[in-house]
Amino acid sequence: MERPVDESLAREFGLTAGEYAKIPAILGRAPSFTELGIFSVMWSEHCSYKSSRVHLRELPTSAPWVLHGPGENAGVVAIGEGLAAVFKMESHNHPSFIEPYQGAATGVGGILRDVFTMGARPIANLNALRFGDPALPITRRIVDGVVRGIGGYGNCVGVPTVGGEVNFHPSFNGNPLVNAMTVGIARADRIFLSAAAGIGNPVVYVGSKTGRDGIHGATMASAEFGEDSEAKRPTVQVGDPFIEKLLIEACLELMETDAIIAIQDMGAAGLTSSSVEMAGKGGVGIELDLDRVPQRERGMSAYEMMLSESQERMLMVLRPEAEAMARAIFAKWELDCAVIGHLTATGRIVVRHQGRLEADIPLGPLAAEAPLYHRPMAPPPAPVPLAAAPPDPIGIGPALLRLIACPDLCSRAWITDQYDATVGGQTVKRPGAADAAIVRIEGHRRALALTTDCTPRYVAADPEAGGAQAVAEAWRNLTATGARPLALTDNLNFANPEKPAVMGAFAAAVRGMAAACRALDFPVVSGNVSLYNETEGSPILPTPAIGGLGVLEDAAQAVGIALSAGLALVLVGETGGELGQSLWLREIAGSEAGSPPALDLAAERGNGDFVRKQILAGRVAACHDLSDGGLLVAVAEMVLAGNCGVRLDTPPDRIAPHAFWFGEDQARYLLAVAEPAPLLAAAEAAAIPARRLGLSGGEGLTLPDGVAISLEDLREAHGRFFKDFMG
Amino acid sequence: MRAGGADMKAGVILFPGINRERDIIIALTQAAGHRPRLVWHQETDLAGLDLLVIPGGFSFGDYLRCGAMAARSPVMAAVRAHAARGGYILGVCNGFQILTEAGLLPGALLRNAGLRFLAMDCHLRVERPDTAFTRLWREGDVFCAPMAHGDGNYFADDATLDRLEGENRVAFRYCTPAGDLAPAANRNGSARAIAGIFSENLRTLGLMPHPEDLVDPLIGGEDGKPLFAALTAA
Repeated sequence: MERPVDESLAREFGLTAGEYAKIPAILGRAPSFTELGIFSVMWSEHCSYKSSRVHLRELPTSAPWVLHGPGENAGVVAIGEGLAAVFKMESHNHPSFIEPYQGAATGVGGILRDVFTMGARPIANLNALRFGDPALPITRRIVDGVVRGIGGYGNCVGVPTVGGEVNFHPSFNGNPLVNAMTVGIARADRIFLSAAAGIGNPVVYVGSKTGRDGIHGATMASAEFGEDSEAKRPTVQVGDPFIEKLLIEACLELMETDAIIAIQDMGAAGLTSSSVEMAGKGGVGIELDLDRVPQRERGMSAYEMMLSESQERMLMVLRPEAEAMARAIFAKWELDCAVIGHLTATGRIVVRHQGRLEADIPLGPLAAEAPLYHRPMAPPPAPVPLAAAPPDPIGIGPALLRLIACPDLCSRAWITDQYDATVGGQTVKRPGAADAAIVRIEGHRRALALTTDCTPRYVAADPEAGGAQAVAEAWRNLTATGARPLALTDNLNFANPEKPAVMGAFAAAVRGMAAACRALDFPVVSGNVSLYNETEGSPILPTPAIGGLGVLEDAAQAVGIALSAGLALVLVGETGGELGQSLWLREIAGSEAGSPPALDLAAERGNGDFVRKQILAGRVAACHDLSDGGLLVAVAEMVLAGNCGVRLDTPPDRIAPHAFWFGEDQARYLLAVAEPAPLLAAAEAAAIPARRLGLSGGEGLTLPDGVAISLEDLREAHGRFFKDFMG
Repeated sequence: MRAGGADMKAGVILFPGINRERDIIIALTQAAGHRPRLVWHQETDLAGLDLLVIPGGFSFGDYLRCGAMAARSPVMAAVRAHAARGGYILGVCNGFQILTEAGLLPGALLRNAGLRFLAMDCHLRVERPDTAFTRLWREGDVFCAPMAHGDGNYFADDATLDRLEGENRVAFRYCTPAGDLAPAANRNGSARAIAGIFSENLRTLGLMPHPEDLVDPLIGGEDGKPLFAALTAA
């Protein structure tokens, strides 16, 4: 039976003594068991953003093209022709560690719902994944389950998985990161929001039945893992992508009518957060009769139903006269639907079950009194630059072969070959073909460019610079396809915010992101914060993953990275040979030291705008931004993508060759152009650094000293890791 | 019943969970100049249709054997009658699985040999060009098409396979870009590298890969176009 409601129960539900003390003050009496459950999930870190909110305010969120910024289910930007892109990224880190397949699958399902809830048809999925040391058996199990889970869900719902990124680092051994992003398309004048309206209007539940899965999932996501994490498996939800597909089609069909006043998916904290948020945003009250909730099992309590995170469920407020039509559409798609309550003028959430009043909470104070913390922060230690460029122990060619074989740079084909990237028939650039995925909008020439990016080791070494770099790299990847970057969604994955060093890094990373967003006109329109990413006190590398979105007026203008013969390579941007925190340093010199490469946001903007202009003028055959591994790794990737060799020029002698070829200086692009002269002249006129780097053609990658690496050797090195790792 | 000609009337059959209908609609519309009719799985009247297309996806979630639930949907009686009348039927991916489950094509599609979902381009060799589906190719032509399936491993007993080959009913086989039947090109492990087969009357075709996703030079190429052009061009 239900335990007495007291401070010790509140602590088990994740509330502090101070937080618990507010509840009787709000209610004027002690809370019921169900009410305590509602307060605890609404005030969890996951739902209330109580540690991060004060910092998130620093992020720029507006631009003339932003239609809805943070605060809705997903961000919405105008992309021209009366269309809007709706997108968001969200984490499913904790569930993916406990149960990789279902954790990742339901991560995809949850973010899809956030997008089609707003009236958008999902047209692309992306992801950002971080795994632990590949030498550990558990890493292999997690990689296998997460990849299968993402594929299993995305492939079945028929939304192409077009992009993503993967890193490996021991800091993720006990806490992988699974960040999933969905992008949808809607008419800009047909965006659906969650604010409920119309006293007396019916509250309608649609989708899967409610079961006991995922109870207190939001609370689990708001705590560190300990030794007992295995025992938390029952808090992981189980996904059903078939029901999700039916929900997508049924909701979009209903959205063609004027039946829906407000709609919200049941995500974290399920029925509780969806009903509280819909009524709260609309300034109305809501009354729920749990006897009418479609239930998967018998004997569920009000507490269990209010906190269940069963998947594939939606809550909507309908016009009363449209209820019959809505029922017919849901019946056609064989979906459960039930009127489970109505809106009231009380400003309270009232929950009844089997004749009992289970909860009666004023919505205003539930939101307004939610905890908000200015957590103590320790300023991040100043990064220590490398004293001098470390000597080159193995030479340029051998270093390249080793770098393109390392887990962070090797071919991702083993992963992407399990994701359907073509369903929908609009994928212009598939994974690996360009710096960003390009997906055309059906029936239009217009296309979206999409990418996910972060370099966690930079953020760890210098959170502010690393936060800015993550934003800049996403912007650069969009730019390198010719797209105009419009906005981003973020997924801020950090460790325990109650530790001053973690909170200090969080604040600094957000500060860096904000500066880059402003400099690049690249606002944040949606996002998610995932804290407590540590196991037994061992924190992850701070990972503010960025999901970037850009637009091309004509998909035919997009360029990829594949090299073809007879083109001049032109390097745009300044090369100083920065090896601090580079992959060369880690993989070849065995050191994770130094400060990350300096980021000059003005140069980033100038170089990027120049490159985009050249691409849109039709002067560029291929373009690749320079990032992990530096210049020579980018050359090798262009060679491999195009199956075409290259002969490289001698680098300037003021920089050590290995620093020139593997330094990770920012704001750089490698262009392949048929006629370099006009491009170089344009660069000079605009004071943009640009230099010739070589000529494409031939059978291999030929270094300036004449040493050639064959395409076969490059391909074998690039493809080796996953073959050995996963079989 | 006719094939070919721009007035060819096509219907696309939709089961809950089908997800490649948009791709098929684009390919058919581009080839025929008009949109196909959409047929919900509970409809039973297919009068006036020359060609039925069952697209890919995960009908009913494919939680039973792939295609097994769809094969028992109300529309399938009409599909069988259409086949018996000599009508044309194209089943792609899940559509192929549904046709085998319905007994309209022999054999079965098992879990891929490597037990993983396979999503990449593959190459197909045209084994028989004198049909309404393949008449714009020549025998031995090689074309590219994306595959995207977890259960595409074609299986039939030896007698059935011998009969299919004896009656020249293999439509396509997995091959290298040069047209060789290398084992590495047959990624899902299909018996005798079979990617698609015809019915006895050559008017039903089932195949696993997706030619409908290669009908546009911007979207990876036009290798799939001849199939749809053959069905609709005069």
